[in-house]
Amino acid sequence: MADTALHHDTSHGHSSTGLSNNKLGMWLFLGSECLLFGGLISTYMLYRGRVGTGPRPGNVYDIPFTSVSSFVLLMSSLTMVLAVAAAQKRDDRGTNLWLVVTALLGSTFVGGQVYEFTAMYHEGLGFTTSLFGSSFYTLTGFHGVHVTLGVIMLLSVVAMNRKNEISGNKSEVVELVGLYWHFVDIVWIIIFTLVYLIPA
Amino acid sequence: MTTTTAEHTDHGHADHAEHGMSIAGYIKIAAILAVLTGLEVSTYFVDFGPAFLPVLLVLMCVKFFIVVSYFMHLKFDSKIFSFLFYTGLFLAIAVYVVALSTFKFFTA
Repeated sequence: MADTALHHDTSHGHSSTGLSNNKLGMWLFLGSECLLFGGLISTYMLYRGRVGTGPRPGNVYDIPFTSVSSFVLLMSSLTMVLAVAAAQKRDDRGTNLWLVVTALLGSTFVGGQVYEFTAMYHEGLGFTTSLFGSSFYTLTGFHGVHVTLGVIMLLSVVAMNRKNEISGNKSEVVELVGLYWHFVDIVWIIIFTLVYLIPA
Repeated sequence: MTTTTAEHTDHGHADHAEHGMSIAGYIKIAAILAVLTGLEVSTYFVDFGPAFLPVLLVLMCVKFFIVVSYFMHLKFDSKIFSFLFYTGLFLAIAVYVVALSTFKFFTA
């Protein structure tokens, strides 16, 4: 009985609450990430008016372009959830397909961000130009790094899935990566509104 | 023991099935999100007057909670996950409010 209970707890990584330890860990991590981005967004909101002699936010933002890249990231949440649904149905082909589509949409978003940063730099907004520039590049740069890490995670899961190297509950692995991916999406939902759409 | 493991695995998959929505449901949610994003972007081109800020903030919150509830399955999952996530979120909001208050009241 004790042996059964021990096997029950450890082989599937479930805690005494009956919940997956991996999932608990991921939600705890996402809760702590809220604090990270909360601090960065707060800093931006406080300093966005400190432009010095540099350009103002309204002069460098390209709202139609950022709207398109926001839409791309939002739709990547749909493809991610379709990947999770396919993994739960044990459809490896569908899982890999939707994960790759999600990674492509994420890469498109990051590419758009690189283009946006380059354009802003040429318009005179460097990292040290003003407090606005520093806080803007730090906030959106951190988010971009998170999306890039997400793309790497997605492609790693695809590679491992193709080689059948995922041990344990495969659908949970896809779900955990999905949680991280949706998190970077909700952070962008906030950034898009507070940083881009609400003028300083 | 093998039976226990098998039962556990089946139970796990049953849980996932309960948490998920249908594919059509996910597509409907994505369509709603797309419409809300369109509304957000329209505030840049159309003058909403004094409703501009409240409309944007409400749309942002609605989109946020739709993704968290349906795509991240918090609506269907254990309340412990909600507690962990919302604790971080509310602490983050508190940090912003405190920082803003500090700048408001202690700046010369």
